[in-house]
Amino acid sequence: MRKLLFLFLFLAALFLANTAAAQKFFTRDAKVKFNSDTPMEKIEAVNKSASCLLDTQSGKMAWKVLMKGFQFEKALMQEHFNENYVESSQYPNATFEGEIVNLKDINFSQDGKYNAITKGKMTIHGVTKDVEMPGVIKVSGGTVTLNSNFTLVCADYDIKIPAVVRDNIAKEIKVMVEGVLKPK
Amino acid sequence: MKIFTLLFLTLFLFAGRLHAQDGEDLLSQLGEEKTIDYATASFKSNRVINGHSIENTAAGVLDVKISHRFSPVRNGIYDMFGLDGATIRIGADYGITNRLMIGFGRNSLEKVIDGFAKYKILRQSSGAKNVPVTVCYLVDAQIVTQKFSDPTRANYFSSRLFYTHQLLIGRKFSNNFSLQLMPTVIHRNLVPTKEDKNDVFSMGIAGRIKLTKRIALNAEYYYVPTGQISETYKNSLSLGFDIETGGHVFQLHFTNARDMTYKGFITETPEDWFFKSDDGRLMGGMRFGFNISRVFTIVKPKSLN
Repeated sequence: MRKLLFLFLFLAALFLANTAAAQKFFTRDAKVKFNSDTPMEKIEAVNKSASCLLDTQSGKMAWKVLMKGFQFEKALMQEHFNENYVESSQYPNATFEGEIVNLKDINFSQDGKYNAITKGKMTIHGVTKDVEMPGVIKVSGGTVTLNSNFTLVCADYDIKIPAVVRDNIAKEIKVMVEGVLKPK
Repeated sequence: MKIFTLLFLTLFLFAGRLHAQDGEDLLSQLGEEKTIDYATASFKSNRVINGHSIENTAAGVLDVKISHRFSPVRNGIYDMFGLDGATIRIGADYGITNRLMIGFGRNSLEKVIDGFAKYKILRQSSGAKNVPVTVCYLVDAQIVTQKFSDPTRANYFSSRLFYTHQLLIGRKFSNNFSLQLMPTVIHRNLVPTKEDKNDVFSMGIAGRIKLTKRIALNAEYYYVPTGQISETYKNSLSLGFDIETGGHVFQLHFTNARDMTYKGFITETPEDWFFKSDDGRLMGGMRFGFNISRVFTIVKPKSLN
């Protein structure tokens, strides 16, 4: 009997320990900012309600960004962005599904800053592309902060720019992503 | 029994462990948040052609308006197809909030100064909250500032005033099609004859079909039931195109209305699109006109960082 109890407690400890490591981190208030700077026009928008889910065990990551959530300084620019460019009524969300390639370099149980490379599929305007981008993962006090800067090309996602405004929109759009993820 | 209980408990822990492992499709776990999706851009401008649409000018935005209406096209090349008989309206609209807007303008025809306020009572939305239509209320006042035709008789200032109350009920059926109904009441302090009513009721209907991302086809019709205004005045029908560029909306159209003010195009439209002249010939009463609208952001929205 005692041996059986000891075995049970040992197994319990093992399982519980593993469960603690395979944690999911989540946020609904991540920030996504993009900007296009040309001599003709400055276009900038912020979305403060992006969702991100990270599985630290497998290194898998998923992002979901509501296109209508992007706020612009100019109301008309916001309307054109949704109606004419990204057609958000047809493609309401931009998503990313991927994983941290160098997962072994990151220790989620130890506070610190780690350079990470994420690779996966980015879907915007109904078009999916393979992307790979660098980022910084900061582990601190039980939360995981993700930070990344990368560029996107409108043409890659079939976002049509009419000839009239070709000089108003940059060839490469700068995107900045920042999310503070808490254990789910 | 005890062994069984212990094994059962172990299985429980084991099951919990498995559950944490099956997160293969992380994206589907992000789930669909129920947000309210408001219908936007049902029309490209806050005017359809002569009258208002269910769209409002955004908060902090100034919308400058320049409009022209010309003489009938049938006047031919000598009159440059009506261009020589141009009348103008210069005005501006401003969004106080996203639901409340105001505007004013001055017309060369009868030197009318008009001013309005428009409030969005109900907004069409889908998602977390389903509302099938957008409903707006418009109140518009017009003052004729032109000198009285007969200065010797007793003329009153109140005779210069006209008021319009309008309910706009519309729906964006799809990205490409919107339709609205506009029950309208125009109050005229002074009317030409005893048979004319001081309060004129009219029902308007307007719609737009988006042809490309930046070009739309608009139509607007105001029906005035008989017995209210003189038979010499007709119902106004307007057909036009909206062409949208970065910050401008160009509205080019044909209309039989001569005026750009509510009291003018609803109760004082002189000719039908097609009519028979006194000697039996078929005549065209339509005129060319255009509205140009340009938006400027005056007050930037807060918290953009």
